[in-house]
Amino acid sequence: MSKSSVEALCLNAITKCFGELTANDAVSFSINKGEVLALLGENGAGKTTLMNVLFGQYTADSGTVSVFGQTLPPGNSRAALDAGVGMVHQHFTLADNLTVQENITLGTRPLSSLRLNYSKARSRILALSKEFHLVVSPDSRVGSLSVGERQRVEILKALYRDVKILILDEPTAVLTPQETNDLFATLRLATSSGLSIIFISHKLHEVMAIADRVCVLRHGKKIGEEWIKNTDKHSLAKMMMGTEAKSPQILPSEPGTVLLELKNIVTPNVGSVPGLKSVQLALRSGQIIGLAGVSGNGQASLADVVGGLSKPVTGELWVNGAAVENWSPRDAVDSGIARIPEDRHTTGSISDFDITENSILERYNTELFSQNGWLDWQSSRAFANRVIEKYDVRCPGVDTPIRLLSGGNMQKLILGRALECNPTIILANQPVRGLDVGAVNYVHSQLLSARDRGAAILLISEDLDEVMSLSDVIYVISNGRLSPKFNRGKMTPAQLGVWMGGQGFDEEITHAP
Amino acid sequence: MEVLEIFFTASFWAAVIRISTPLIFATLGELICERAGVLNLGIEGIMVAGAFAGWMAVYSGTGLWVGVCVAMFVGMLFGFLHSILTVPFGLSQHVVGLGVTLLATSSTYYAYRLALPEVTSPPKIDAFQPYDIPILSEIPFIGPALFSQTPFTYLAFGLVLVTSVVLYRTPLGLAVRAAGENPAAVAAQGLSVTKIRMGAVIIGSGFMAMGGAFLTMSAFDSFFFEMVNGRGWICIALVVFGSWRPGKALLGAVLFAAFDALQIRVQQTSFGSQMPYQVFLMMPYLLSILALIVMSRRAEVPAALMVPFNKGER
Amino acid sequence: MRLEPIDKPSLARSLLPPVIALGATVAIASFLAMLAGANPFSVFGLILNGAFGSKFAILETLNRATPLIFTGLAVAVAFRAKFWNIGAEAQLYAGALLTVLLGTGLLPWPSIAILPTLALFSILAGAILLLVPALLKTRFGVDEVVTTLLFNFIFLLFVSMLLEGPLKDPMGMGWPKSARLLPEARLPRLVDGLRLHWGFGLAIFSAISVWVVQSRMTLGYEMRAVGLNRQAAAFAGIPVNLVLVKTALLSGGLAALAGFSEVAGLKGSLTLDLSPGFGYTGIIVAMLALLHPLGVIFAALFVAGIFVGADSMSRAADVPTYLADIMLATALLLMVLAIMLTRFRIVRN
Repeated sequence: MSKSSVEALCLNAITKCFGELTANDAVSFSINKGEVLALLGENGAGKTTLMNVLFGQYTADSGTVSVFGQTLPPGNSRAALDAGVGMVHQHFTLADNLTVQENITLGTRPLSSLRLNYSKARSRILALSKEFHLVVSPDSRVGSLSVGERQRVEILKALYRDVKILILDEPTAVLTPQETNDLFATLRLATSSGLSIIFISHKLHEVMAIADRVCVLRHGKKIGEEWIKNTDKHSLAKMMMGTEAKSPQILPSEPGTVLLELKNIVTPNVGSVPGLKSVQLALRSGQIIGLAGVSGNGQASLADVVGGLSKPVTGELWVNGAAVENWSPRDAVDSGIARIPEDRHTTGSISDFDITENSILERYNTELFSQNGWLDWQSSRAFANRVIEKYDVRCPGVDTPIRLLSGGNMQKLILGRALECNPTIILANQPVRGLDVGAVNYVHSQLLSARDRGAAILLISEDLDEVMSLSDVIYVISNGRLSPKFNRGKMTPAQLGVWMGGQGFDEEITHAP
Repeated sequence: MEVLEIFFTASFWAAVIRISTPLIFATLGELICERAGVLNLGIEGIMVAGAFAGWMAVYSGTGLWVGVCVAMFVGMLFGFLHSILTVPFGLSQHVVGLGVTLLATSSTYYAYRLALPEVTSPPKIDAFQPYDIPILSEIPFIGPALFSQTPFTYLAFGLVLVTSVVLYRTPLGLAVRAAGENPAAVAAQGLSVTKIRMGAVIIGSGFMAMGGAFLTMSAFDSFFFEMVNGRGWICIALVVFGSWRPGKALLGAVLFAAFDALQIRVQQTSFGSQMPYQVFLMMPYLLSILALIVMSRRAEVPAALMVPFNKGER
Repeated sequence: MRLEPIDKPSLARSLLPPVIALGATVAIASFLAMLAGANPFSVFGLILNGAFGSKFAILETLNRATPLIFTGLAVAVAFRAKFWNIGAEAQLYAGALLTVLLGTGLLPWPSIAILPTLALFSILAGAILLLVPALLKTRFGVDEVVTTLLFNFIFLLFVSMLLEGPLKDPMGMGWPKSARLLPEARLPRLVDGLRLHWGFGLAIFSAISVWVVQSRMTLGYEMRAVGLNRQAAAFAGIPVNLVLVKTALLSGGLAALAGFSEVAGLKGSLTLDLSPGFGYTGIIVAMLALLHPLGVIFAALFVAGIFVGADSMSRAADVPTYLADIMLATALLLMVLAIMLTRFRIVRN
């Protein structure tokens, strides 16, 4: 690991506000050549905003960014790129219908140029791929790649442009533990050749594993900066959260009756999303069933079946002790299934509807809120008021358009809308994605209370830590197949990681009688 | 002459190529806009404007090719109007497109009335004359069919090739395609999505106007109302039919023109003269709908078509 | 340049952009009028006078607004659900066709029976006509913009075929025109002595009905939800395809009523020039009304006024009538921009 004392990057008193929200408050730090600096903080701490300022996607209200001593013009991605700053965003910026090579070479030659230099680019990509252990085929269509492979393309994009400072925004959120190790190996190769890396994360064990130094952000401010060798997880956690994080108390539970069961369910593949392949799953009352897995392995297919959005091709779905004949979102809701969708913006709510209209989205046609085709706005508003009060949704009133709510409050509304109807089965799909600590704890405690009251909860999450801490039993999903059932506390992340990467299934097949 | 015999005359195929020319220009233009992610419903109006602008320039004394350039320029102006509203401001591409069609059409008619207030029958200009390409035009059958067209038609075919090469083999073409697939990817690589999309719409609109100009400067030699008559809308279907590829779009335009040329001739056969002429006139539109249905299954739509891009959106 | 949403627009913010848009429209039109050699002030004076300056003018404007209210509603209903119905023109003719088919002697009933029947069958004709593109969209994913547009051309040719063939008026001296409607099949006047027929009343009633449906009925809620976020609507269990079909039926039916109203109220028979583009103008009306059903009434009156006024102005001032179309297209584009500026702030990067 060659580290020099050459300062590669310096952020000086960066402040950025969005309306009344101060996302970054006079944040400063610097990074030397060949160093890995971790930017640690919870969701909402301001990490991504800060990096977007650095990369030129946002313009800071005040403060400067300088790369190798040269101040960067603000709000100019091109200048940042030319100065050697590269960023791998949390949500990849790749064009699915173009090839790997096309994605990598996009924008690397002047638009007035007449030639693509196809073969030269190709050999360069292959050379970089070999040097940094990032295996991809340049001619593959990006849309056909797995999440891990796509990330490699994103990193190659930066390397191809001779990046000197590489920013990675929550890169391990979508990787199995093994892929994370591979990524760290690549990063170490990169730093040994002089690259500086800013590693954004909220995962303490990863920060401890890969970083040289760590800078902690909380609520937009920089709380502190440490050398990794001088600190530990507890101190960092304290800096990150402010106090000792209190995980919700989890009482042991006695699993009750089976409320929902999937028997040999098969669903077709849809594009690149794998369908379910002969899935057996039972949801028991009073239990949290956690589904771990890398995104894109069939979680969406499973959520669609449980949530009423798709009917299985073969197999049976049993709800409340009887096989279902007709299955639709309304049937699911009527059967007592509450659904918290993956994406509160695109699927969970309608941004231009107000809180009342969003509250009745699933049940507007029941006698609760309408009669003979006429809506009962009075009952609807009363219901909405009940929800926002009971579930601590901070808002000016039930007539507010929902897009004015913060992510956390929107999620609380969606949660409350679902729980207020006393569901017996809860499908929670990425329930705390993108939420700040307070909202995360609230949602988790609500789920646990529901479980204590006897509900069966299917928790789907890409965050292995979340799954492991909350679930009574865990399954791993890979390519549409379910692993065996693992009870709480019996498996380590590495062991689960084997299943997440698919190897567990293959071994099981070779050992089959 | 009976129906089948029509296919074996060179004059039929020559007519096909001629009829396909405005469709080729306009389809190519729309294809470029949509590849960059912008649906341009101004196509019908821009063709009208181009038809008038080119013709008017020649009527006022300029040369034919100057007229073509004038038409293209007018098209680019409307393209600029469309793109400035839809790209940086992100307004509805449907509404803006329809508004541009209405504006282009009505301002064209207004200008025509102002320029030629007393005419009853539209005045004529000296249109493009066919140019026989040496040697090639002497090949039996194919010669008179393909190589005795006006230079304007040769330009159309040439543009298909140029567009294809630029789109697939240059950095600019890659950027245009990427803008239509994922503008975030384009922005992340330091390029301006706004400039790329606006540029594509402006150039595409220029091509559309040239397609309109062909009608007044080559196919017919005067301008009259209801000249474009829905060809623009048909080209939107042809873009889908051609899977957003220039080569396939060319084939689609030729195929369509063949049906159009066919129905004119079938009307004169013994079979055809028994049916009301409106049935034949309906055919092009029915065919376009059929083409859309056939192609709808295999969607190779640019992924970000009609999705506005707001840089830095949280 | 970037767009940032404004949470609470001030009053000035909400009113200023549309006012400026209309002002710019007038300015551009004035310039064009001057190009034609006319004095812009007198041009606008003539337009206003021609639209509202006399009892005759006002009645003419109201008559012209009637079909525009229907097509404006048709388009507004469809666009709200993000169903781009550009085929109101064909649906209008479908309604007119049914009116003439049934009302020229096939059903010798008294007014009280035949008029609702004609209206009903007109609605059905328009609804079924729009059903085809709607089903093509829900079943095959075919974009409805092009299909509804192409249907306009196809259906008009079909009507032309019928008017030159089976529907030709035997007493029409060879013109492609249908027979005249029976006297019982004519919509009566709203007020005796005034040249305004019950079509106008029906139009107002339709606008109010659509408003009630949209704001108070589950169907309206579903249509709005599907239009704003189809994915979320589907997730919540709203039957998206069924809602789109219902929207299409409603929209097609409303546009068809324009045809019924024009034939039974105003013209008395069907000719190919029944509609000078009411279907397309309906789009402008709907957009100017911001897709609000009650707003459609005012927008239709405004647009009708411009057309009627421009007709009269054109005869007097020798300025081509297309000035009206230019004004409306400009108003449309500027209004859409202005509306956006009331909700978003432009931020320099």
